[in-house]
Amino acid sequence: MREAIDPWTFVIASYVIGVGATAVMVAMSLLSMRRAERRRDAARKR
Amino acid sequence: MHGFANPARFLRIARWLMPICLGGGGILVGVALGWGLFFAPAERLQGETVRIVYLHVPAAWLGMAGWMGIAGASFAELVWRHPLAAIAARACAVPGAVFTAVCLVTGSLWGRPAWGTWWVWDGRLTSMLVLLFLYFGWMALAQANEASDGGQGKAPAIFGLVGAVNIPIIHYSVIWWNSQHQAPSITMGKSAMSAEFLWPLLMATFGFTLVFAGVVLARMRAMLADQQAEARLRRKAMNKVDF
Repeated sequence: MREAIDPWTFVIASYVIGVGATAVMVAMSLLSMRRAERRRDAARKR
Repeated sequence: MHGFANPARFLRIARWLMPICLGGGGILVGVALGWGLFFAPAERLQGETVRIVYLHVPAAWLGMAGWMGIAGASFAELVWRHPLAAIAARACAVPGAVFTAVCLVTGSLWGRPAWGTWWVWDGRLTSMLVLLFLYFGWMALAQANEASDGGQGKAPAIFGLVGAVNIPIIHYSVIWWNSQHQAPSITMGKSAMSAEFLWPLLMATFGFTLVFAGVVLARMRAMLADQQAEARLRRKAMNKVDF
């Protein structure tokens, strides 16, 4: 007997995880870059 | 290539290249995933689950490309003592590990409806899991090297080169051993995929590659800025000390 599986559940879960992980990675990279460059600029002004 | 070894020149290029990579990549990924999700047809045997391919294949490619980036940068660091090579290798590690993890998770989500199981210990899946562990090991080693040696030690570069042996193993695993995983559909200059699946897949792969490049550039800029801030603060502290 085959169990009924809704394929869209797996497709949507994949897209949420894939796109979500990419978006978080991009946001964290940009934030850490901004923070580091602000710290460097502050060190230059001191 | 040695022209980019100059951090000031690299920063000048990275300042305009990074937004282009992230913006262009984001647009391409959005269009390709929308195309794959809403307009590409379902496949005859796998039905709707084939839409996972538009995430799974780019993630697999970038998981492997990330390690090739580490290996290439490690080679440049060991042979030419390229000043940006160690930074480039460190910048590739996190996005490479993230895409390897995305590849494993989306593969598992695809395997459940397609094969009836979340996981099998076959050559392709196991070698990809090994790649994720190699990333974790490399990041721990690079961090320890930074903390103890100020990033001067060569151990991460040697590990990066040795770990590259796993890349051809991943690629040829479906040819060398019996596997649940299908053989490659796209090889150099040839594709077993029909155009209606191939074009959104190529667009998604190119788009994610641009996003990967943008993240690597952003991380390199962050590491360079951290190093410059540290050096400046250290110089000022030294100037204040009376001997």
